[in-house]
Amino acid sequence: MFGFSRAQLISLVILIAVVIAAPFFVYPIVAMQVMCYALFALGTNLLMGSVGLLSLGQAAYFGLGGYTAGYLVQSLGLTPEIGIVAGGLAGGLLGAVFGWLAIRRQDIYFAMITLALAQIVYFGAVQLTGFTGGENGIQGIPRSALFGLFPLANDHAIYALVAVVFLIGVVFVHRVIHSPFGQVVRAVRDNEPRMVSLGYRPASYKRIMFILAAVLAGIAGGLKAMVMGIQTLSDVGIATSGLVVLMVLLGGIGTIFGPIVGALIVIAMQYYLAPFGAWVIVIQGGIFVICVLVFRRGIVGELAYRLKSPL
Amino acid sequence: MNEAVTEAVLETSGLTKRFSGFTAVDNVSLSVKAGSIHALIGPNGAGKTTCFNLLTKFLQPSAGKITYRGDDITHLKPADVARRGMVRSFQISAVFGHMTALENVRIALQRERGASFDFWRSDRRLQRFNDRARALLEDVGLGPFADTMAAELSYGRKRALEIATTLALDPPLLLLDEPTAGMTEQDVARIVDLIKRLRQGRTILMVEHNLSVVAGLSDRITVLTRGRVLAEGNYETVSRDPAVITAYLGSDHA
Repeated sequence: MFGFSRAQLISLVILIAVVIAAPFFVYPIVAMQVMCYALFALGTNLLMGSVGLLSLGQAAYFGLGGYTAGYLVQSLGLTPEIGIVAGGLAGGLLGAVFGWLAIRRQDIYFAMITLALAQIVYFGAVQLTGFTGGENGIQGIPRSALFGLFPLANDHAIYALVAVVFLIGVVFVHRVIHSPFGQVVRAVRDNEPRMVSLGYRPASYKRIMFILAAVLAGIAGGLKAMVMGIQTLSDVGIATSGLVVLMVLLGGIGTIFGPIVGALIVIAMQYYLAPFGAWVIVIQGGIFVICVLVFRRGIVGELAYRLKSPL
Repeated sequence: MNEAVTEAVLETSGLTKRFSGFTAVDNVSLSVKAGSIHALIGPNGAGKTTCFNLLTKFLQPSAGKITYRGDDITHLKPADVARRGMVRSFQISAVFGHMTALENVRIALQRERGASFDFWRSDRRLQRFNDRARALLEDVGLGPFADTMAAELSYGRKRALEIATTLALDPPLLLLDEPTAGMTEQDVARIVDLIKRLRQGRTILMVEHNLSVVAGLSDRITVLTRGRVLAEGNYETVSRDPAVITAYLGSDHA
């Protein structure tokens, strides 16, 4: 159905059930945070898993999305859906410019350029206090009514919004991978010179994927700003860029559900290990090392390998 | 021969490629006639593959000019050369290993038919290319392997798949880089038959090591050694040329 394999369809049903049940068992804010990061990681995985490009600067689009949404809703009094859509557009526009610059390079050089460009955005965020609030960030973003009609002040109301956007994101990412475009990207990854000899211009396809990843990051950032009511510098910093890469690798690079599981584990660790203070990062590092040593395919990747079915 | 047949499709003049002090291709002037099978032969390191990479723009020449159907293509990008109808194969079989044979051929059909950028559509949309792709696979004897992953095909079949993929573009000028390299006798015979059928309505330029293949197929042969043209002509002329015999054919023809 919809081009999902059997195992993927079962996983999707389980995912939907978990998304519906979660707010009755865990703190809704944590569950929403997981979904925002999962959406961010899904986009990042389009780049890492499908194109095979490691970006170390995805936080730039995530952060810009958050700032854009926060600014529009708080300072201009616009409704949340406009903020979130604008966040996605802002991320996509920045992705179009940065992608155009970065796609000229490969491998480690690509990673370094994305990192450098994201650092520019970070320092921009520190300086442009009128837009970003600088060190203070944007505080107290109001949860105004969706479309001006449905109030989101209640945690369960905004949860429904986040859940719907997230699930649409999952289906969208699956569609991109299983589209005529996705087929071309897979072939480029398999044998780029051969694609060139068939008249393809691989850079165009990589740029589109880069933009799609940036749009998803921007939407995720905007959504997160709405949920938390706050947008800070840490969302645009290098640590966040690293975190999303960690989520993708932990969950399973190149899988549909891996980034979601990765986001769940990383955010759950941050939340439940919070009493350990600075040790969270050490524990995270330890888990990452174990993951790389024991199951390189990531959790979902390993599962898919055992089941011999894409997940 | 009539006018149309003698017209040159691809021409080079003074084509040169230097790699930091080493001249791999030295002042090569080629003229590939429309409708012919032209072979480029020479011992290892003669510059055949470099020459091929220059023609298809995978390498930029240091000097010289390349014209295709009268247009100067010296500074075009490789993808643009392909779009003009000059499509190459590779010496090391170039298939998409993680895709089925059918998908391999389909990828070549996708671009021209405008189904390569739509990321919002289902890939079921590609099924309308299946009939054409199957016919092409059938053509090279790969009909029963349509759903096999390309990586799992035998070497000879991979080469056949590569040719089927190339043919999907229906290129007027086909450049084959050692189409029979590393093949068994039977596979060679099959590829030779295939090339004979392919020549209908197109021009073929091939780099080849296997002399018996060249003898049976080519209308014209250019012999390269150390990056230079040593001799040119049909098989009889070239194979009797004393310079060619010493440089390339060796003792068994002496």
